[in-house]
Amino acid sequence: MTLRETQDGGDMVSTDGGAAAGAHLPEETLRELREITERYPQPRSALLPMLHLVQSVEGRVTARGIEACADILGISAAEVSGVATFYTMYKRRPVGDYHVGVCTNTLCAVMGGDAIFDRLKDHLDVGNDETTDDGRITLEHVECNAACDYAPVMTVNWEFMDNMTPESAVELVDDLRSGKEVRSTRGPRICTWREAERVLAGFPDDRADEGPAAGPASLAGLEVARERGWKAPEPSRRAVTGGREQGTESAAAEADTSRAESETRLEQSPTDVEGGKDEQ
Amino acid sequence: MTDTLTPVLTDNWDADRSWTLDSYQAHGGYDALRIALGMDQDDVITAVKDSGLRGRGGAGFPTGMKWGFIPQDNPKPKYLVVNADESEPGTCKDIPLMMASPHTLVEGVIISAYAIRANHAFIYVRGEVLHVIRRLQRAVQEAYLAGHLGRNIHGSGYDLELVVHAGAGAYICGEETALLDSLEGRRGQPRLRPPFPAVAGLYAAPTVINNVESIASVPAIINNGAEWFAGLGTEKSKGFVIYSLSGHVTRPGQYEAPLGITLRELIDLAGGIREGHELKFWTPGGSSTPLLTDEHLDVPLDYEAVGAAGSMLGTRALQIFDDTTCVVRAVLRWTEFYKHESCGKCTPCREGTWWLVQTLARLERGEGTEADLELLLDQCDNILGRAFCALGDGATSPITSSIQYFRDEYIAHFEHGGCPFDHAASTLFAPAGAHA
Repeated sequence: MTLRETQDGGDMVSTDGGAAAGAHLPEETLRELREITERYPQPRSALLPMLHLVQSVEGRVTARGIEACADILGISAAEVSGVATFYTMYKRRPVGDYHVGVCTNTLCAVMGGDAIFDRLKDHLDVGNDETTDDGRITLEHVECNAACDYAPVMTVNWEFMDNMTPESAVELVDDLRSGKEVRSTRGPRICTWREAERVLAGFPDDRADEGPAAGPASLAGLEVARERGWKAPEPSRRAVTGGREQGTESAAAEADTSRAESETRLEQSPTDVEGGKDEQ
Repeated sequence: MTDTLTPVLTDNWDADRSWTLDSYQAHGGYDALRIALGMDQDDVITAVKDSGLRGRGGAGFPTGMKWGFIPQDNPKPKYLVVNADESEPGTCKDIPLMMASPHTLVEGVIISAYAIRANHAFIYVRGEVLHVIRRLQRAVQEAYLAGHLGRNIHGSGYDLELVVHAGAGAYICGEETALLDSLEGRRGQPRLRPPFPAVAGLYAAPTVINNVESIASVPAIINNGAEWFAGLGTEKSKGFVIYSLSGHVTRPGQYEAPLGITLRELIDLAGGIREGHELKFWTPGGSSTPLLTDEHLDVPLDYEAVGAAGSMLGTRALQIFDDTTCVVRAVLRWTEFYKHESCGKCTPCREGTWWLVQTLARLERGEGTEADLELLLDQCDNILGRAFCALGDGATSPITSSIQYFRDEYIAHFEHGGCPFDHAASTLFAPAGAHA
């Protein structure tokens, strides 16, 4: 975060060489940037998603992207730059088609993340936060990504790649470089980094239904509970404490009934952790 | 007698396409919303108060009381903000919840926002979890189309707009006031309190900020009653929670149980410690909660008992490390994390975490002396209680607790002239039977 920019030196505005395609962002992008501001009671709240959108178009945060955000929000470019340099996900240098993250926070590091990161640096011949010569892969060690039960964890364009080894990591980046279709172990087909940034800006793609509901570790406790017939206790009464219950009692009763029915159904149906009909 | 595991939040995670509205509603989803909309708002707050629900994001503050702090005579709009910036090392419960059942959170948001009379709510989710964001976006879209969100929800006269807002990579934004600054489009730095967010939060208006799991627990409370919820757990730590086991256990994962289960029970359910090894140290609730050891296997994992054991329940992020793990290496890496994530606002944390890394790195390389241990403790003493927010305090937790329990191991580093452990033996892909 804050300390990262000192490693690169310089400030985001002045070191920017200027994007190739003219001084201004495309009109369509400007329109979408303005559209983001309409989601919020106060326009400046839109700045983080706006910067994600800038990255999706520019491949990084560029000077003209900063100017466009500043212009739309009526704040200075320095204020926008101050925000852009604070957050780790905003990049000043071009990012490859695939941002490959290796968690090297303590638990993942101990479980093998350090070994994976070392192997990938060697294999790709890049250092931390650097991009391969073919522009395909940017390698970065990342902090805890909230998937510790799948350690060691990697990410590709912020999709989970669970339970990795140095060998599976090498295979993964080779597949990405060769253009082979790659799927997250707990998610969809991998899109490009720019496409991912567009989703983060709040413009959904059509991949929400891909991938499973949950990976095996997420279901570990539930499986034990199912095996042993363990459940949360049934409520002893139908209505809510403190509720006025006018006309709600029947709804509450229905709710309990449908819950009981669904529990029965669940017991009878085989668990389907693969989910994602669309994916099949 | 309550069962050992009590799936409520996790109960539909193995259902077919559990993330969809159809699946969620087939399992009773949005029934609680209809019940709540038939209740007076204050009665919803009372139900949550009576349930004893306490914040699941780490601090354990009573949720209903937080809602009650919103000054309803304040003419400004009220806001509900969900803290979905799950980033505390070891914490991995909210992400699978939002991936598998985003509607549980969305339904909780609607009920909670209704209770505090907010017409705008936000889910601030960390940016590094793309597929979770997709599922949230889709769930919100489905909820609008079903009339669960928007204007005049189900004819109640109540309006709510819900925005899924992706962050951009900053651990500090999990601190609630830093989150608000970030949500206002600024650098995520904590604010001085008072005023508290309940009085002057987002846009200086009354704001409730709750963790994902707290809000997701609300529909079950409304459906089943406050007494049902309060009947689970321990005297002061009520209800069920998700315990996240990671590291050197046979089956790491999410285990939902009433508050008060012990680590011994959980490790047993998870198939034991990795074969051929023994428990060495663990975190009860992320890296900011002081380490515990095998002495603490029978501590009930609730707010009070873990506190009495010298740590904090935190987020129930149970990171398990076996005897192959070097505690100095582990602590150094966490310290590097805090240094990287310090927002720079206050001197004790910005400078202090930098100095902690210098000193610890020297010790880890075997170049330190016993005096460095005292220096390290002195540095911690100059951060703890002097930093602007809990990040600085948290940075000292692994250091002081590891020196308390494993002082000899620090000394072994400089006696050995470096780390005496074989790091390869700790990995998931270590050959069976590898030893440090």
